[in-house]
Formats: sequence, structure tokens, C-alpha cells
Amino acid sequence: MPFVTASTQRGPYDVIIVGSGAGSGQAAYTLCMEGVRVLMLEAGRQYTSAHESAMFQTPDMAPLGEAGTPDKNKGFYDATVNGGWDVPGEPYVSVPDKWGAHFTWWRARMLGGRTNHWGRISLRNGPYDFKPRSRDGLGLDWPITYDDVAPYYDKVELLIGVYGGDVSRENTPAGPGDTLLPPPKPIVSDHLLMKRAPRLGIPVLPGRRAVLTRAQDHRTIPGRLHPGNPRAQKILADAMRKRSPCLWATPCGQGCAVSANYQSTTVHLPPALATGNLDVITDAMVYEVTLGKDGRANGVRFVDAKTGRHEHVTARAVVLGASAFETARILLNSKSGQFPNGLANSSGLVGRYVLDTVGSSVGGQIPLLESLPPLNDDAADGLQVYVPWWLYQEQLAHKLPFPRGYHIEYGGGKGMPSVGTFSGLEWLTGGSYGKKFKEDARRYYGSFVYFDGRGAMVPNDNSYIEIDPKVKDRFGIPVLRFHWQWGDYEQRQAVHMQETFGQIIEAMGGRLQSPVITDPVKAIAPGGYMIHEVGGTVMGANARSSVTNAWSQTWDVPNLFVADGGVFPYNADKNPTLTIMALSWRMSDHILDRMRRKEL
Amino acid sequence: MTDRRTTIKLIVAAAAAFPALRARATYMLEPGASPPGNVRRFEPTMDGYGPDPDLIKAYAKGAFWPLTMSTQQRQLAATLSDLIIPEDEHSPSASAVGVVDFLDEWISAPYPLQREDRATVLNGFAWLDREAQHRSGQPFAKLHAAQQRPICDRICAASRAAADLQEPAQFFATYRNLTAAGFYTTLAGRKDLKYIGNVALTHFDGPPVELLEKLGLA
Repeated sequence: MPFVTASTQRGPYDVIIVGSGAGSGQAAYTLCMEGVRVLMLEAGRQYTSAHESAMFQTPDMAPLGEAGTPDKNKGFYDATVNGGWDVPGEPYVSVPDKWGAHFTWWRARMLGGRTNHWGRISLRNGPYDFKPRSRDGLGLDWPITYDDVAPYYDKVELLIGVYGGDVSRENTPAGPGDTLLPPPKPIVSDHLLMKRAPRLGIPVLPGRRAVLTRAQDHRTIPGRLHPGNPRAQKILADAMRKRSPCLWATPCGQGCAVSANYQSTTVHLPPALATGNLDVITDAMVYEVTLGKDGRANGVRFVDAKTGRHEHVTARAVVLGASAFETARILLNSKSGQFPNGLANSSGLVGRYVLDTVGSSVGGQIPLLESLPPLNDDAADGLQVYVPWWLYQEQLAHKLPFPRGYHIEYGGGKGMPSVGTFSGLEWLTGGSYGKKFKEDARRYYGSFVYFDGRGAMVPNDNSYIEIDPKVKDRFGIPVLRFHWQWGDYEQRQAVHMQETFGQIIEAMGGRLQSPVITDPVKAIAPGGYMIHEVGGTVMGANARSSVTNAWSQTWDVPNLFVADGGVFPYNADKNPTLTIMALSWRMSDHILDRMRRKEL
Repeated sequence: MTDRRTTIKLIVAAAAAFPALRARATYMLEPGASPPGNVRRFEPTMDGYGPDPDLIKAYAKGAFWPLTMSTQQRQLAATLSDLIIPEDEHSPSASAVGVVDFLDEWISAPYPLQREDRATVLNGFAWLDREAQHRSGQPFAKLHAAQQRPICDRICAASRAAADLQEPAQFFATYRNLTAAGFYTTLAGRKDLKYIGNVALTHFDGPPVELLEKLGLA
């Protein structure tokens, strides 16, 4: 029985992994496949996608037509349970708490963590994204290059299954040509974008998401990923055969009982558990990494959320993958004589260089798309196409008032009507009601398009996290205090998004309900809305300027590693999850290497 | 600080933090909807459905919190919903597919957005009845449609409504949004729109070439 408790655990363990999401799931997978005995600790409850996913439930079956509430922020059927921007009994502090200068912190207390919720957009960082300071003098370089990570992007894409076009552009790399699955066919609104955006010099590429658009090749991929390890190959082949390709129906966010999309619980954990090397304790709220007399981590302490008991578990090495800011919180709360300011914090940089994604959105209405015949526009549930950043050379020549770029996530079509689909149509209908309103609903249904910019952030000194001196959570654990401020670069970038989206909508023959936002303070979404926070335990070239080295290993404690977004010294426009997994696999290979050399 | 309506509009526009959830983006709660204050301390609403409800179970309206509309309010709700979404050759009226229960559940819910809508809707109901009494000596629901429509015509568009009727016009907009929400999320509403998605397929073909040609997009 791989799900254990503090009293039924089957130690000794080689590695403790804190967390069960993208980074932790990847670390457990890579380590267990190579025979490492792993104990995984998850703060939330056990979760079984196959039994709990409300895949085919429709809004009319849910309270409030499936509208989001403080209890379920993303809607009743969203796969996230016990999670959201507020978690019961787990407060946090934001200073100052005013619009645009506060940070809201999404968490998911459940097995699989935030992978149960994410949009599954899987973009690779490009070469510039690893060396931003070298290119424009701002922020921090990573201590690694794209070429260091590229083999791991290949591996992760093959393992989890990512659709997309094998098309490369400047700083928008693709793999060797056989790591991606075919993209879904574009829908009508996509064709309109593909036709009109290039007239403005704006490129449109196939989207990339972690959804199986066809069955994975279980005959060749296991051999590529695990050469010389027939047992791992067999376990992975079995796991791949159990995943079904996309049904071209149901929202991914409601969970996927047939494992067609990536969730840690359906892709990383099943093969890791099948090795027999993984034990999992759920409801284990970790608050401290314990240190031996030799200066090495020897285990972690946690509160059993069910009993309230404090437990201590031990292992030869500790991997923190609790999510970027939770990992920083655990380190800052792990104080000792040797580390009075928190573990692995001799640099004083734990909690510094915290980053999020710039977000700004514009929707438009397109007369050409009115009154179309019935169409099934579901595809694989979004992002058939997207726009990569296209103005690198203009930025290099200082022709733009912001140094870093964004990509555009685009959507439209006749999705299943929701409680909001026909809200606020007065600007189009003139306030119709009665039979005319029903005619208007038919006319405008499917004629709306949405542009969402997702942009890079340069680290700044005004954005950091620390432990609040007073406030504690329901377990008695001191909580985080957030300081947050967007820089001028991010705000100007958001205005550029607004203006560009307005121009594209115009080029599509469309109209806007109200003018685009040109006030830099209002154009940008507040911190935390994009749920892309990274940094706080950043990797770097030396122990003074960073918390971990290029292998995600803390400088101060040689057997302590970070597997989540905490190690990002820079948040490019690319959504972070794919990179988190690639870095975690790379870190795990390093742990294996050091274990083989008896250094761990 | 933006008000709640503004933040909800923002999230409607901003929904693709999550293209995957695009179709049901509106009315998703977003973080700014929380009360101000330095410490964000969320405790589950004891009378809501909580952060971990059983998602597989089917729920009747009123399963989580009691419905609160009076008989008279339900009559008025049905009358107004059917003025907004009447029966036609394509589909039944709003009240015929359970929209009154949807509205009752909505305005009876314990959450902040719904409590705000409750005040808007009940104040609007009272205004309609006052207006009807004033004009015809009867509550709104007892009037003929020919008497009801002139009242609605004055408040159905906030941009055209008189200055002293802005509040009733806001009510009408909210009520029309909620009626449409209740109606178009039902099977009958989806059929009215000829919605054909959300069926398991072995392959996804995209739109027919003839349509793309007709639209000049081939």
C-alpha cells in the first residue's frame, strides 16, 4: 500500500519530496524509476481523478449554474478542491493592500497540487530567456543555457504528451521534430486570426498544450526515455497504454478521468507508484526541514492535518517542491543556530526575486462570425493557435519602451454556454428583451474573440516575501507576508498588449465594447492573478547571489534541493510549468548521479 | 480599488488565464472580490457548499441553502423571466425550464456576489410593483403583457433610461443577465442555440471547408 501515514511509513527512505505537483511529480517519477526509495508529503488530501472528475457534468447540474464562488473560485466542477486564492485556515498578509500593489496567492491543497487546475499551455523557454541580462543588461541570468535544458524539454514533452507544431521562431524553439503531438485543427475564429494578424506583421503558430491528440507511442518512447532500464520501460509503456487520447469534449479544468491531459496524479504518479519505490503521505503540512549535526538535512517536520499531531520523517536527501512561495516559506521557517535567518539563506535571498506573469486582456465582437451554422468548436478545449512574441529585434534596437516580450493566448468559438455567455449584451442589442433577445442571442453566439497577453517580468527589489512576525495559520505555522510592485516595464508592456489587441480586433473587422486601456496602472492585472509565481529560491552562479546552484541544489545544504518554480531567476513570457518539469528532471538526474558516486 | 462589478467584468475579459476554461469564464470569482484588509483570512461559509463538495452527485435547487422567494416573488420572477425569454418556435420560455428555481437559488445563496444581486433583484421587484400599482392599481404580475411592456421599455437599456430610472435599469440588466444565465445553461437553451459540442469524438475535423470559403478564410 503506497499511501501511508507517519506510523505506517516503510523507511528508510533515500529522498523526501515535499509536494506532489509538476516539479515534485517529475522528481518522484525520475527517482523512483531508477530505484530510489521516495517518501512524498502532500499537504492536501488524496485525490483520484478517475473517480472524482466531473467530466461530463454541465453547468445546469451545479449550484449557481457552475459560477465561481469563494468556496470554488474557478467554478463548482473545477478539479481543484480545497484550493484557490484563499484557503480556509491558511491566511497570508499583503502589504500594502491596495489595487495593483497587492499579491493574491493561489494554492491547491490536494494530491497533484496545481496541476489539477492549470491551463496546460506548454511553451519552452528560448535561448534569450536563460540569458536575459547578457542580452539587455537587466535582471538576472540563469546559470544554465537553453542547450542545457533542451534535452529535458524533449524528455518531458515525450513523457507527458504535448501537442503543438514543430515550428521554431526566434527565441521560440521546438524540439528535434518528433517530440510533439499533432495540434488540433483550427476553428473558424482561428482561421480569421491566421488570415488577418499577419497583415500587421504578427505571426500565428499552432498552440502547445499538454493534451494527447493521439495515443502516445508506447513502443518507442519508453526506450528513448529509459535506455538500459527495461523495468522502467515496461512500467512506462503500461502507464502510457492506460491513457486515452482526447475525446474532443469536456473542459480539461474539470479533470480528465481518461488521463488524456497532464495532471501529476494521472501521468507522473501512477508509474512512480508502480515501481514500488514511492510512498505518499497526504494531509501532511510540512513546516520545517531539519538539520543534522553534520550540516546536512536529515528530514522534515509536518503537522498531520487530520490529527493535529506533529511528525518527523527522515531521509538521506530532501527535495522541496511545495510550490515556489511555499518552499520559500518552509525554508524561512526552518531556523536553527547555524541558520538563524532560515535554512539555506546565508545569502539572505530566500524570498527575494519573486516574479509573476504580466497579464492583460481584451475581448471583441466580430460581425463576420455572427449567425454561423452549428459548429462543434471544442477541439482539445482551447489554444489551437497562439501568437509568440515577435518584436525581439525591435526591442534589441530600443524601439519599444519595455525590454521583454509577451505571447498572446487567443480564443473564440461556440463553446458550451455558461452563466456569463449572454451577460452584458446591451452594447450590441440596445437592450432587447423578448423574442428579439432570443434572436440576438442566436446571432451573437460564437462571435466573440478574446486576447490574453502573457508577458515577462523583470525582477525588482520592491517585490519580495518574508515571514509575518505575528500571523499564523491554523496549524500554528507563521505565514507569508507579500510585498508586491510591478515595474514600469511591465506596465508599459501591458499597455502595448491592449493597443495591439485593439489593432488585431480592428483588422478582423471587429468592435470593442469600450476603448482599450492605456493607463499603465490599470492595464495590468494585479500580482497573483495569472497564478504563475516563481522565484524566491533562485538559482545562480555563486552562493552570494543565489540560493541554489545550476542543479537546483542549495548552496548551503548539499543534500537539499528545490524542484518547483522557486529556482527561476527570471520569468519569461512562457508559462512556467513545462520548464519546472524539465528542471526537476535535470535535478533528479543530478541526484541520481551523486547517489551513484556515494556523495549523497 | 475597483468595485465588484468592474472586477467581474475584468475577469470576463481576462478569462484565458485559462483558455481551457474559456467557455465558462464569466462569473468566475477572482481575487479582487475579497474584502480589503491586510490579512487575507478566508473561512469557509458555513452555509455554502464548502471548498470540497462531492462533484459527482446531482443536486436539486435548494440542496445547499434554502430557497427564499415568497410565492408572490416567484410569480413576479416567472412573469419577468418570460417577458425576457418567452416561448417561441425554437424553444420554451424561461420559466418552463426551471429558471425561477435558478433565480431563487441565486439570490438565496450566501456568497458576496449573490447577496449583492439579491438586494438588486428584490429592490427591482419592489420598484416594478410600485410602478404597476401606480399605473394600473395592481402588482406587476397581475397586469397584461401589454401593460407590462411599457414599464420594461423604460428600463430595458441603461443607456437610454431617464436619469431617475438608472437604478431600475441596472436591475433590469442584472435580471436579464441572470435569466439568460439560467436559460442558456439548460438543455433547452443549448438546443435553441444549436449547440452541438461536448460529445465524445474519435477525431476532431474542424469547420467545413465550404464554410471557410464562404467567409473568405479558406
